[in-house]
Amino acid sequence: MEANGHDEASRILHELQSLKATKSDIDRRISALESQLRHLNLQNGTVVNTSALPNPITAAHHDLTPEMIHRYSRHLLLPSFGVEAQSNLINSSILVVGAGGLGSPALLYLAACGAGRLGIVDHDVVELNNMHRQVIHTEAFIGQPKVKSAATTCRSINSSVQIVEHHEALRTSNALEIFNQYPLYYFFAQIQSVSFNYIVEMLPLVSGAALGLEGQLTVYNYNGGPCYRCLFPTPPPTTACQRCADSGVLGVVPGIIGCLQALEAIKIASAVGEPLSGRMLLFDALAARIRIVKIRGRSPQCEACGENATFTQQQFREFDYEKFTQSPLTPSLNIPLPSLEARLPEISSALKEEEERNGSSSAKLYVICRRGNDSQRAVQNLHKLGFTSARDIVGGLESWAHDVDSNFPTY
Amino acid sequence: MQLTLEFGGGLELLCDSVKVHNVNVDMAKGAEKLIMKDLLGWVHTNLIKERPEMFMKGDTVRPGVLVLVNDCDWELSGQLDTTLEEKDVVVFISTLHGG
Repeated sequence: MEANGHDEASRILHELQSLKATKSDIDRRISALESQLRHLNLQNGTVVNTSALPNPITAAHHDLTPEMIHRYSRHLLLPSFGVEAQSNLINSSILVVGAGGLGSPALLYLAACGAGRLGIVDHDVVELNNMHRQVIHTEAFIGQPKVKSAATTCRSINSSVQIVEHHEALRTSNALEIFNQYPLYYFFAQIQSVSFNYIVEMLPLVSGAALGLEGQLTVYNYNGGPCYRCLFPTPPPTTACQRCADSGVLGVVPGIIGCLQALEAIKIASAVGEPLSGRMLLFDALAARIRIVKIRGRSPQCEACGENATFTQQQFREFDYEKFTQSPLTPSLNIPLPSLEARLPEISSALKEEEERNGSSSAKLYVICRRGNDSQRAVQNLHKLGFTSARDIVGGLESWAHDVDSNFPTY
Repeated sequence: MQLTLEFGGGLELLCDSVKVHNVNVDMAKGAEKLIMKDLLGWVHTNLIKERPEMFMKGDTVRPGVLVLVNDCDWELSGQLDTTLEEKDVVVFISTLHGG
């Protein structure tokens, strides 16, 4: 009898599970179709101006339950937001990459404002020295995954939002699988490293950054605006990218940029206003100054999103940003020829370090420049200065790209 | 020619941590106008005190540096060939990442 009861319970549980899976699958398909339709309408310029509706509450079609109408009533009262925008937001999927200084305030507002499905990607754990800016976390979560901490806070603010936890680092190998779970709407991200800004070209990206006492914000891949690669066809060197852990950051600065990111994501997801596409916001906290500048539009020549773009999903998965931005031989030092003599100690210590790492008695020293002219002079000088092991790479980086690695970028 | 030059996003560290420079740039003898290419050379010689490779690469700015002439991306005004006028404001900003 008891065994039968147990079987029955597990059968029901099983059926429930499979029904729920079917339901979420159908929900996803409905939302995807709605999103497609909305995109088509946007392209055709037939977007409904919510402010034209005499009374937003009585608008005929919406997806809001009575509880939602109560919860979001202050949004619904806004003539330029209203029922339609709130419905769009509730049907949107937004992915936040990084639950740190920018992601914290962004997540708090996106959850509170009613984004339908909110994904959080982060591989890190909460640390005491994060707390001054990563305001979504509480002391009780120190040592625990940021994803878990952030999701707990979001759920406690708004239990009607579907929160999805991705406790992993975003890499080229898993990015597409994660993005594909957010088919309806807008990919929103604050990105910890330059690499993903550089290669994520397919979805609208609300990109923010804050360091020291300065912040920056723009929207990529949206409505004729540029992608990151349109703006920077050649990636910045990794040495040009400072980190909060190295350079410091005033807590409230990412707070401000993160709030603005939430605002832009909400505008895009709910199809209201003019998102910051083709423009960039520069924030100087010390001078109390916000400047908004015009940046270039989408480039037809862009390798990632242009007319003849050849960047495929397969290439994306295999993309090795480190390899792309580093010189062909690593480790390497970038030394302009005029400062060669002044920087000899750097070369000596780099050679010693390499010898210690490999346990070999003599590390090899190669010199490469753009076309192979300066490197010859450098090798001559190095020989005179006692670095007799220095060898020249004939033809420089251009020959490297031509003869060795055809994927190596030339400039 | 009176110009205001501003450095941000960490580039100010290359010029004694001073963000705003009000400068007077002379045109080359016989030249009819001052273009951005000339200005970059002038900045490199007169303002950049350390790690010039963090500012320039070849004859232009290094990748990741955004140049704005009167709050507008220089890509829209002709990049290195942009003609400068009296009292123009030129901003060099290194794009930030993370937070």
